[in-house]
Amino acid sequence: MSISMTVNGKAVTLDADPQMPLLWALREDLQLTGTKFGCGMALCGACTVHLDGQPVRSCQTPLEAAAGKKITTIEGVGATPAGRAVQHAWLKIDVPQCGYCQSGQIMSACALLAGKKKPTDADIDGAMSGNVCRCGTYNQIRAAIHDASATLAKGG
Amino acid sequence: MSTISPGRRALLKGGAALTVSFALPLAATRAALAQPGAASSNTFAPNAWLRITPDNKVTVVCGSAEMGQGVLTAIPMMVAEELDADWALVSVEQAPADAAYNNPMFGMQATGGSTTVRAHWTPVRQAGAAARQMLVAAAAQQWQVDAASLRTERGQVLGPNGRKASYGSLVAAAAKQPVPDKPALKDRKQFRIMGKPTRRLDSAAKINGTAKFGIDAHVDGLLVAVMARAPIAGAKPKAFDEGKAKAIKGVRKVIAIPSGVAVLADGYWAAKQGRDALGIEWDLGAHADLSSQKVSAVLDDGLQNATAIAREAGNVKDGSANAARSLSAQYDVPYLAHAAMEPLNCLAWVKGDEVTIWAGTQSQGPAQGILSQVASVTPAKVKVNTMLLGGGFGRRFAPDFTIDATLLSKLSGSPVKLVYAREDDMAAGYYRPTSRVRFEAGLDDKGRPLALRADVATSSIMAASGFMKIPESGVDSFAVEGLADHPYEIPNQRIAYGRAEPGPQVWFWRSVGHSQNAFFVESFIDELAHAAKADPLKYRLSLLEKHPRARGVLMLAAEKAGWSRPLPKGRHRGIAVAESFGTWVAEVAEVSVAKDGGIRVHRVTAAVDCGQIVNPQTISRQIEGAIVYGLSAALYGRITFKDGKVEQSNFHDYPVLRMNEMPKVDVHIVQSDEPPGGIGEPGTPPIAPAVANAIFAATGKRLRALPFDGEALKQA
Repeated sequence: MSISMTVNGKAVTLDADPQMPLLWALREDLQLTGTKFGCGMALCGACTVHLDGQPVRSCQTPLEAAAGKKITTIEGVGATPAGRAVQHAWLKIDVPQCGYCQSGQIMSACALLAGKKKPTDADIDGAMSGNVCRCGTYNQIRAAIHDASATLAKGG
Repeated sequence: MSTISPGRRALLKGGAALTVSFALPLAATRAALAQPGAASSNTFAPNAWLRITPDNKVTVVCGSAEMGQGVLTAIPMMVAEELDADWALVSVEQAPADAAYNNPMFGMQATGGSTTVRAHWTPVRQAGAAARQMLVAAAAQQWQVDAASLRTERGQVLGPNGRKASYGSLVAAAAKQPVPDKPALKDRKQFRIMGKPTRRLDSAAKINGTAKFGIDAHVDGLLVAVMARAPIAGAKPKAFDEGKAKAIKGVRKVIAIPSGVAVLADGYWAAKQGRDALGIEWDLGAHADLSSQKVSAVLDDGLQNATAIAREAGNVKDGSANAARSLSAQYDVPYLAHAAMEPLNCLAWVKGDEVTIWAGTQSQGPAQGILSQVASVTPAKVKVNTMLLGGGFGRRFAPDFTIDATLLSKLSGSPVKLVYAREDDMAAGYYRPTSRVRFEAGLDDKGRPLALRADVATSSIMAASGFMKIPESGVDSFAVEGLADHPYEIPNQRIAYGRAEPGPQVWFWRSVGHSQNAFFVESFIDELAHAAKADPLKYRLSLLEKHPRARGVLMLAAEKAGWSRPLPKGRHRGIAVAESFGTWVAEVAEVSVAKDGGIRVHRVTAAVDCGQIVNPQTISRQIEGAIVYGLSAALYGRITFKDGKVEQSNFHDYPVLRMNEMPKVDVHIVQSDEPPGGIGEPGTPPIAPAVANAIFAATGKRLRALPFDGEALKQA
């Protein structure tokens, strides 16, 4: 079945099982491998992408649910003001260790900041607790979100 | 191009007595030539570890695997320091599998045991120093001056009268210089790069999605394999429905191999659906009735047979007989999964007599040998592309995923990317062993320990490893590390090991035996302190007269945590200290326990003495991360068995610490001239006992098993 959507600003059409999770369409059909497979059950957040601006776990989002929608992945999020500020803050704080979860962390953080310019620690707990990091970079992630928030408040 | 000049080869061959770093250039020739562009006459590649090009760029080649612990930054810092490179012009690339990169502590190319920095401390710095000396010699020759009159700074040779030459301008001339046999190394006070908090060289790629992990490897025409893996060692498939799997669109092949049945498909989704459709039934073999109760019974048998003596001093019976007071306690820890973020995977391509793999593996060197046997080729024909590891924690030291991918490629004739579903990663075995210890201690009338007896029962990682053997003493060193060599001064001791093999495959898990033995020792010492009515910090210090580094980290952590200052109502502290991998770490945990038994860790203050250091930022982050890893295990981690199968499958029933539970963490580093210790693992051991001791301070209840049982803390 043919499914069309916009990925990082580009129109794409895929001929694939509509029930296949969006994750595999991104990673295998489009070779956008920045989005990661972690658990396959929406438990770890490694596969987080934006669907019309909302964060979703792409491992549990059937491809058909993305039809006609705008998808943003880690490869494209830097084109948005929040994405730019978040990636800059991540680099400044030097957040990653193994780095595997960081695409998902960044996508969740960008979605948080898009909706809430100045998140509190409780907001961060609420928005980020679905993203697991086994290296334990949570405190650096928190610091980077506050840093990005300050950058955005200054007009990016 | 200098690396293959006959003169140098002769020199090196003649230098058989030279140190290990000078065994490097021979093999380096092969490694350096394997790099694209390296063989051009414009490259100065004096050894396996670095290349300098006329554009002044320095490329450091790292033979260790990057799993988050920062080796792709630490090794370049070590080379760049002695080279006096301009850090802004330094980049890093991953080495191929090549004997040039053997880990001197292992004698093979492998990453683990928190060894990278300490194993390569001398040879890698010598590699940088040798290159620097050759660049200086080249400048001296060009300027017709004495080399001793020259110095180096930020990628330049500086001479008299303001003369300067960039390293890039000297590459051709430097390549003609002899390799010095004993390049001098800097003193710590001369360090310009090492010792300063330095950002990682791999961060940018990990932030913009371009970083390539094993699971991201791709070659055209690959098939993705998902396997139904044997649920326990020794299980064999009894029946499966190949037709149902093949009926899934995209499924190409179903192949049975010794470890299970693989479904090969055009993509992961089809392969996973095909695997699930197999409806596989297992003959579980000898462990069909394995249960947590049975595991416990096997541990008890192990305790009964704890006869392999790991440490004996004085006479524990006499010591006990003279004791004014005695205590005994039993402690338990469960099996644990590693649960790295990136599920295990490997892309393998067996083509004729050549094998190529793309894998996040901690053991590139062994992989060459093992896979050459799997594919019946010579080891030199096995090419290992080391990808980034989405977490290792010891699990990626194991060969199962590279073996199976290679076998599947050989049998299918296609490149095969084997991907473990999370459930396979968690349930397919290779666990931190369960362990049980029984302590008996006798205290004198002042509360000082006169005697300590400890019997410990656990599985042998040495025997399970496939590359080690239990020594004649019968003591598996991983089973007793941190227990038999605990630092406390006790005149009469007997510490013994009883091997217990309930069945599951055991393996190295971040900090290995220390992960449980620090919990045992540091909790029991806390019990002794309580029995002696002593402050837990002072009690420890009184028994550590001979261990200044232990005292140092204890006092530093206590001071920074405000040990002697009162806490807000409801908050309580616990302290623990442990040495592992040549590094001392003390941690103070600040904890509250809710009425419903909920445990909250608010803050952890750590002090670390890891000897001389490379990158303090990495040290802080590794200690913090190791605390989180240990805390996940202490609060939640538990692999259990029922009817021969693992009961956990994913992050819902094997929970790990999340953002909303994350404590504040402060890490304090002791300035030291001691030899470097490891840093990837030593932060893990002290956290479970520090929290256990804080829970005791909060509730008066001693939790002697992990994960902590909140039910036991519930207030009526």
